[in-house]
Amino acid sequence: MAYKIVTSQCTVCGACEFECPNAAISMKRGTYVIDAVKCTECEGHFDKPQCVAVCPVDNTCVPA
Amino acid sequence: MSKLLQLHDFGAPGAKSFEALRAGAAQSGCSTTGGNGKSGCGSAAGQGDLPPEIWEKVKNHPCYSEQAHHHFARMHVAVAPACNIQCNYCNRKYDCANESRPGVVSEKLTPEQAARKVIAVASTIPQMTVLGIAGPGDALANPAKTFKTFELVTATAPDIKLCLSTNGLMLPDYVEQIAAMNVDHVTITINMIDPEIGAQIYPWIFYNHRRFTGVEASKILSERQLLGLEMLTARGILVKVNSVMIPGINDRHLIEVNKAVKSRGAFLHNIMPLISEPEHGTVFGLEGRRGPSAQELKALQDDCEGEMNMMRHCRQCRADAVGLLGEDRSAEFTTDKVMEMEVEYDLAARQAYQAKVEAERDAIALAKQRELATLADETATIKIQVAIATKGGGVINEHFGHAHEFQIYEVSTAGAKFIGHRRVDLYCEGGYASETGIEPILKALNDCTAVLVAKIGLCPKDSLAGAGIEAVEDYAFEYIEQSVIAYFKDYLARVGKSEIRHVARGDADIRQGAFVAS
Repeated sequence: MAYKIVTSQCTVCGACEFECPNAAISMKRGTYVIDAVKCTECEGHFDKPQCVAVCPVDNTCVPA
Repeated sequence: MSKLLQLHDFGAPGAKSFEALRAGAAQSGCSTTGGNGKSGCGSAAGQGDLPPEIWEKVKNHPCYSEQAHHHFARMHVAVAPACNIQCNYCNRKYDCANESRPGVVSEKLTPEQAARKVIAVASTIPQMTVLGIAGPGDALANPAKTFKTFELVTATAPDIKLCLSTNGLMLPDYVEQIAAMNVDHVTITINMIDPEIGAQIYPWIFYNHRRFTGVEASKILSERQLLGLEMLTARGILVKVNSVMIPGINDRHLIEVNKAVKSRGAFLHNIMPLISEPEHGTVFGLEGRRGPSAQELKALQDDCEGEMNMMRHCRQCRADAVGLLGEDRSAEFTTDKVMEMEVEYDLAARQAYQAKVEAERDAIALAKQRELATLADETATIKIQVAIATKGGGVINEHFGHAHEFQIYEVSTAGAKFIGHRRVDLYCEGGYASETGIEPILKALNDCTAVLVAKIGLCPKDSLAGAGIEAVEDYAFEYIEQSVIAYFKDYLARVGKSEIRHVARGDADIRQGAFVAS
């Protein structure tokens, strides 16, 4: 029950960081990572995981 | 011909720091203060056409005033990487295709780094009058970073004008904040007002925590853009509308867009050619959609021209560009270099320098007026285009072989009007003619009758002559507009004496991509 960011795809634009309702996304060593403990796949918050919805590159935020 | 005014001709305080500023500026400045009523290219409008408070806002902004772009510089800081919409002409795997050349990764800055960079640049380049935030994503999709940067800059450098560029989706939510921060200029990219057309340009938007697609997405985007535009103009904030001309999708529709934004009080409309080379990996690039030719772009701009100001001097610059519009000095101001620079912000010296530039602009305007007066008795209906090699300052001061771009003027008995620029590869590299030769330059200048240069070699001069383009060195280091009119007068005289025959020129190529130092 968590999403992850595919590093090779990520452009480090940061769009996901502010949309995550759980503040699960942060910058680690030059790339963004999702804290699997905090990620709820936005259940109870929104229809869709916000990181997936806002990410400008397809297949970058994917189920872990 | 009038003598060029030198900056030291004007007595002003702070002579020592002037020398330092001049050295840093590397280019002397000067330009026109128009005045012959409404010139065709609206953005070339001089003080006489605009209310004083508006003129005050645009006169030193290189994007809002065509004259100012010869003399004043702007910089962008790349603090806004995130974006909330997807455009088919942009590939987010790289930088924004519209504002920043794809494939070149710009340095993303924190607001603190950005503020330091602004002060460093302003202290080195006294003509730097405008700070813009244009991405590389969307300024208002990164509101915290954008407004923090403005706040930090205003605290140290209150004279720098603030400017931001947005896709408009979040604009209505931030109009109050924009007004409160004294942001004088906002650019909204509006490519359509018809959601059916929008659906071909925007695959999706992210709004209210949801991804919208298709016509629904474009409908929301368009409503938000036009609402934001109305809210800004109601508050007296100048708005420039950028539109990307996409042949086959919105080329004719942009006339409707023009009417819609004009009626909502937009100050300036900038129609830019689509950048769509396949290697950029954009949807349009991969499906082989072409950009417009020079004459297609000009025809659309001419059709939209009326009461509305049209911008024709846009260089589609990067989100980290620094310098005059036709140059790129961003490499001098990388984060490493900026952090090492000793920076002292001298407001008085900057203002004095800019006052000298103003005086030179007036001199140029006067020279143009005088030259134009000599055309008063001419009745010819001939209209020609002339290319100029310039390094800035409103003067013909570039060697043909060293030119990265040529500025194009259209001239008739009504006067000279700036209509665009053509980027080219250097013809002369390290003293030798380039391997690709002169062909691409001939294509870029194919719609011109002559090219006015500071200097040109015999070989390219012959090639140009073969293509029917006259290379002219007679106006080296003279003011551009005055020279264009003088050349035209001479051209008419020679046609009159049947020394030469006037022939209509063809179309020309637009070189793709944003302007970068090569």
